[in-house]
Amino acid sequence: MNLVVNGRNTDITDTLTISELLTKEDVKMPQMVSVELNGQILKRSEFETTKLKGDDKVEFLYYMGGGTCL
Amino acid sequence: MSLTDKQIERYSRHIILEQVGGTGQEKLLASKVLIIGAGGLGAPAGLYLAAAGVGTIGIVDGDNVDLSNLQRQIIHHTADVGAEKIRSAEAKMLAINPETRVKTYKQWAKADNIREIIRDYDFVIDGTDNFAAKFLVNDACFFEKVPFSHAGILRFDGQLITVLPGETTCYRCVFDGPPPANAVASCSQAGVLGVLAGVIGSLQATEAIKYLLGLGDLLTGTLLTYNALSMDFRKVCLNRNPQCPLCGENPKITELRDEEQVVCDLDNCEC
Repeated sequence: MNLVVNGRNTDITDTLTISELLTKEDVKMPQMVSVELNGQILKRSEFETTKLKGDDKVEFLYYMGGGTCL
Repeated sequence: MSLTDKQIERYSRHIILEQVGGTGQEKLLASKVLIIGAGGLGAPAGLYLAAAGVGTIGIVDGDNVDLSNLQRQIIHHTADVGAEKIRSAEAKMLAINPETRVKTYKQWAKADNIREIIRDYDFVIDGTDNFAAKFLVNDACFFEKVPFSHAGILRFDGQLITVLPGETTCYRCVFDGPPPANAVASCSQAGVLGVLAGVIGSLQATEAIKYLLGLGDLLTGTLLTYNALSMDFRKVCLNRNPQCPLCGENPKITELRDEEQVVCDLDNCEC
């Protein structure tokens, strides 16, 4: 089935959870990512339990500091 | 207020724009913008806002200029190393535009001082470098109902969003609190392409000017992300979160507080 992850079409065969998708997408620090699924921000506790469906739109949103950079 | 001949000449490229005109320029001259952090993001924002004729620019920073800042913090020059950032920034803004009224705050933004500073301003630019300060700016602007531009930069990536507090998606709608310690890569550990600060800080200044003039579409409910390597700009639509601890239906944060500063311990860092 097709997913749209950060604007890119991604084909997956199995039904994945958000946590599994983070691993598959090689996100090294999932604790630095907030996840939006079809326009709604998920709670971190829902990453393990939320299963993805075809045509879901997923956005990985990264904490980004920086600015004055000590 | 009517523009002098000198002002008409100085701001002629604004005034000639149908959407700005003399009235818009007068609005800018009567406006007040606060920049929190005179660093990578605050530098281009401060220079462009002064050049644009924003009448009052406040600048908050407790730091001094370091040699390693100069790669991206273009408001500070080599001769300023060791000087207070607020003084260095003030001097450059006044050099570009002596009409600017610059107000300086030599302090770190904290829960006990930030609200009374920001309440005097029309718009705030978050140019801070750490998550505690970014959440503080978000929360303080919410309580004072002052619109602001949030931004972050790291390595080759940058992002920004404009927040009209209580009306549009805030930083805590997306990230409910600072990330865990030892997961945070700061610019000093991870690096940042210097010019990225120029791109994102200039976009923040653009949002400030659009807000002040009531022009165009603001980046509200929209995170603009930029990657310098792929040259991709992406707009990510972000809805308000009913469970936001600050502006959601059952807010848990009802007063301003300092978040614990998340410091990356290099020996135990996962980044």
